[in-house]
Amino acid sequence: MSGDVWVVIDHARAELRRISLELLGKGRELADAPGSRLVAVALGRELDPLARPLGEHGADVVLLADHPHLEVYTADAYTEVLSQLVRERAPWLVLIPSTAWGRDCAPRVAVRLGAGISTDVEDLWVESGQLRARRPMYTRKVMATVQYVGAGPHLAVVLPKVFPPAPRQEGRSAAVERVEAAPSAPRTQVLETRSVKRERVSLTEAEIVVSGGRGLRGPENFALLEELAAELGAAVGSSRPPVDSGWVSHDYEIGQTGKTVSPTVYIAVGISGAPQHLAGMSGSKYIVAINKDPNAPIFQVASLGIVADLFQVVPKLTEEVRRRKAQA
Amino acid sequence: MNVVVCIKQVPDTEQPIRVRPDGSGIEEQGLNWILNYYDEHAVEEALRVRERHGGTVTVVCAGPPRAAEALRTALAMGAEEAVHLTDPALEGADHLGLARALAQVVAQLPHDLVLCGRLATDDNASVVGAALAEYLGVPHATAVSKLELTQERATVEREVEGGVEVLAVPLPAVFTVERTINEPRYPTLPGIMRAKRKEIRTLSLQDLGLGPAEVGGQAARVRYARFDPPPRRQAGEVITPDSPEEAARKVADFLQHTAKVL
Ligand SMILES: Cc1cc2nc3c(=O)[nH]c(=O)nc-3n(C[C@H](O)[C@H](O)[C@H](O)COP(=O)(O)OP(=O)(O)OC[C@H]3O[C@@H](n4cnc5c(N)ncnc54)[C@H](O)[C@@H]3O)c2cc1C
Ligand SMILES: Nc1ncnc2c1ncn2[C@@H]1O[C@H](COP(=O)(O)O)[C@@H](O)[C@H]1O
Repeated sequence: MSGDVWVVIDHARAELRRISLELLGKGRELADAPGSRLVAVALGRELDPLARPLGEHGADVVLLADHPHLEVYTADAYTEVLSQLVRERAPWLVLIPSTAWGRDCAPRVAVRLGAGISTDVEDLWVESGQLRARRPMYTRKVMATVQYVGAGPHLAVVLPKVFPPAPRQEGRSAAVERVEAAPSAPRTQVLETRSVKRERVSLTEAEIVVSGGRGLRGPENFALLEELAAELGAAVGSSRPPVDSGWVSHDYEIGQTGKTVSPTVYIAVGISGAPQHLAGMSGSKYIVAINKDPNAPIFQVASLGIVADLFQVVPKLTEEVRRRKAQA
Repeated sequence: MNVVVCIKQVPDTEQPIRVRPDGSGIEEQGLNWILNYYDEHAVEEALRVRERHGGTVTVVCAGPPRAAEALRTALAMGAEEAVHLTDPALEGADHLGLARALAQVVAQLPHDLVLCGRLATDDNASVVGAALAEYLGVPHATAVSKLELTQERATVEREVEGGVEVLAVPLPAVFTVERTINEPRYPTLPGIMRAKRKEIRTLSLQDLGLGPAEVGGQAARVRYARFDPPPRRQAGEVITPDSPEEAARKVADFLQHTAKVL
């Protein structure tokens, strides 16, 4: 357990994404016990603006790897730079955000380093001197405790929204080091990144998720959820049937074959609560269900269940939220 | 275009999964073992590649003797060759050990393209595909929702946060597939009959020149310490409101006073 704790940073154009703060928070806690340093590692271009917020959110050291080959993510360049840095500096633990890029490169880094890896991590702690991680398995019907063997480096790919973000401490700062990174030209070439413009806030990072199921009956009715979500500052998701019917795209899907989300509040609208759906959202802090069938299984996991017609309730709820916000 | 597909046999999670009382694993009795959901999509994509570009489709599975059934399913869908890596020493292997052993199998087979599922629905790891690529020394992409091929390279799409990434990847390469890539075919009756007669080639670690110390439980850098049932969620209040307005007030009260998000 000697050595630093590292957090690999998720950022967009040198702005920290929320999951980076969550990893810094947990990283700080894991570093403090043995008295090690918390090191934030960022890869990309023109990263200097990250240094200050990283220091303010708990990093002792900030490593910035700036290179043209790191401007957009490729598995090759990220794997090379991360593996080399870890090999040279021998941290004890490396936290990697469970994002599309994090999940893509982490296994390669693990192989190159001969490091233990676990993914979908929802908790991390030290027990009898050994690092342990908790992660869901079997459609979240089982929680597994994984034990890392040996002295490290250990890799953990951590889900968003499972740890609270590190608080900002004004005036706190980190030692900044610009590292020499010269990755070979990646074999893979990014031809294009097409963005889908719906994102108010991303599904996996949202505080509130409003999610629609087959009960919505058609694509046009997702507008009802969009309106409610706009008032709440929420993201919109779905169960699988709306995806299979082409009402919404696959990036809305929550569950076994979609995304895992853990918002503070998950509002399930016209969703029955099948195990494959619960697999992706039962880690939410609160679940509100609106369903006209009093026997729908979703009510067995809901913190608040409303037995009613969604088409009547959702517009009224949007109005009520708007009214209360105006009062506040 | 020769395609190798790595497939896993997993318990059907439609059925109840129970943790053994001592937390050492899940109750295996009465489980229904199936071909991993995403691997059906991987097999389907391989068959489509063969239909368009020629070549052969070989399916590879590491697992105990019962896992041969998953290979039969893939053969029934239309794969022509099957390799079953089965060795008691693989029990307790971690994902890296498993990927290393699979890489050793794949390396012996003609492969322009290697396909895996995005994840296995038993352990939800999403590790084996990318790790396999690293052991093979070839490029990879995960969660691929579209694949187009020319002789030397693949053009693939993958879902990323807030969009879709389009990549050009030189072959050979490993891709893990997203469920949106295709709609898998069902095995036909003649396909099932043919699959029954096909020979499945069986390999042990020794056949690969590997030992338990390299890929087995001894080599594992992560181990399962225990398994627990998930914490039970407390069912809360379920109400049948008198009017939509009342329903809206109840939910808004909850958001404001209990969840404190309003
Ligand atoms: C391998 C596999 C993987 C899967 N992965 C996923 C996954 O990732 N995510 C997922 O969601 N599913 C997944 N599924 C599908 C899953 O089994 C269910 O079929 C699905 O979740 C059901 O979606 P639903 O609740 O929207 O639809 P339904 O089960 O049809 O429920 C619709 C609900 O809407 C209610 N309703 C209808 N009209 C109204 C109204 N006017 N007002 C209020 N309520 C109304 C009904 O009472 C009903 O409860 C998977 C299945 C398999 C086999
Ligand atoms: N035992 C195995 N035998 C063959 N392929 C496997 C095995 N385990 C995993 N895979 C492949 O790796 C993918 C991802 O598995 P995992 O990393 O365990 O989530 C699966 O969809 C398979 O394609």
